[in-house]
Amino acid sequence: MVSPAHFIALSVILFVIGAVGVLVRRNAIVVFMCVELMLNAANLAFVTFARMHGQLDGQVIAFFVMVVAAAEVVVGLAILTSIFRARRSASVDDASLMKY
Amino acid sequence: MTATHPLILAGSAAETTRLVAYWILAIISIAAAIAMVLARRAVHCAVLLAVVMLSLAGLYIMLGAPFLAFVQVIVYTGAVLMLFLFVLMIVGITAADSIIETIRGQRMWAALSGIALLVLLSLVIGHAEIGGAAPNSAKFGNGNVTGLASLIFTKYLYPFEVISVLLIVAAIGAMVLAHRERTTPKPTQRELAARRIASGRPTPLPGPGTYAQHNAADMPALLPDGSQSELSVSPVLSGRSPQAPPELPGGAAPASPQETAGSLAGPPPSEGSIARPASAGGQGAGEQ
Repeated sequence: MVSPAHFIALSVILFVIGAVGVLVRRNAIVVFMCVELMLNAANLAFVTFARMHGQLDGQVIAFFVMVVAAAEVVVGLAILTSIFRARRSASVDDASLMKY
Repeated sequence: MTATHPLILAGSAAETTRLVAYWILAIISIAAAIAMVLARRAVHCAVLLAVVMLSLAGLYIMLGAPFLAFVQVIVYTGAVLMLFLFVLMIVGITAADSIIETIRGQRMWAALSGIALLVLLSLVIGHAEIGGAAPNSAKFGNGNVTGLASLIFTKYLYPFEVISVLLIVAAIGAMVLAHRERTTPKPTQRELAARRIASGRPTPLPGPGTYAQHNAADMPALLPDGSQSELSVSPVLSGRSPQAPPELPGGAAPASPQETAGSLAGPPPSEGSIARPASAGGQGAGEQ
């Protein structure tokens, strides 16, 4: 029988994979994708808790998370394209002008 | 059984099916997520992320959230990932991640902290008391959309309005950020013509496949002396294919230019039409 604990475990694993991807990858677009993976994992947990408690509030929150994620992706990718235009690189290591 | 949505598996008879579906979707999503972190090309990452999101949509259906499952497919896989792919095409499809580590030991520390996070979260989840699912109700079946609507438009009305404001602000912000102001005046037609004459090549670039055996976009055109014109193939294509010079048509080893020109100029059109560019070809080839 599939219990909510199964889904929570899957959500934890996906979240950790996304976090490791954010730490490891250099390409800013791929880092964004890993952030999306983490958001999706959190959404899965929300939907699972909604099912567990028999209330729809968790699904509403997951819906809001999706909308906010879409807005975040739009703005983030616009910033990425303008950075790429300025320095012809999408690597997160190259944008270090404020480091020194 | 009549009250449930056809997409929702309900009842104890379907329990095995649910278990099998859960494990298939879980294994697919975890494998695709790991492959996404490991894939070197950004386009492969995007496709693997699409696989993860689609399997998550399947899990949402299992959890009694058909509305969210369709939003996941339409908004995430359909819109957000397409946006990612658009930006990937702009930013450079060939941009693979560099393999060298700029910070010493970064991968090892990232893996260690990932394991630490996994252990931490597992401990938290293990200590928490996660009960079984609530008894099936119409809210997780046919009444899912109406239940969500009544929540959104009553209890969560204010956040809903704020989110619509956020979407407008994000759209305007993206337009402002991606907008490029023209810093130089637009060149006139006269200036463009002068620039073209001054560049040393007043004619357009040669098209691919001219006088070659087929006209694929990656087949370089043959010059009148039989040598290949590098200019006729887009640099994007020649940069993408690892084998730099495509083999000469006919499978023959590249012979001396005169021989190749003679054998190629013979069959297809009449001799006279070829002869004129061949005689003038000395300057044309030298210029390239």
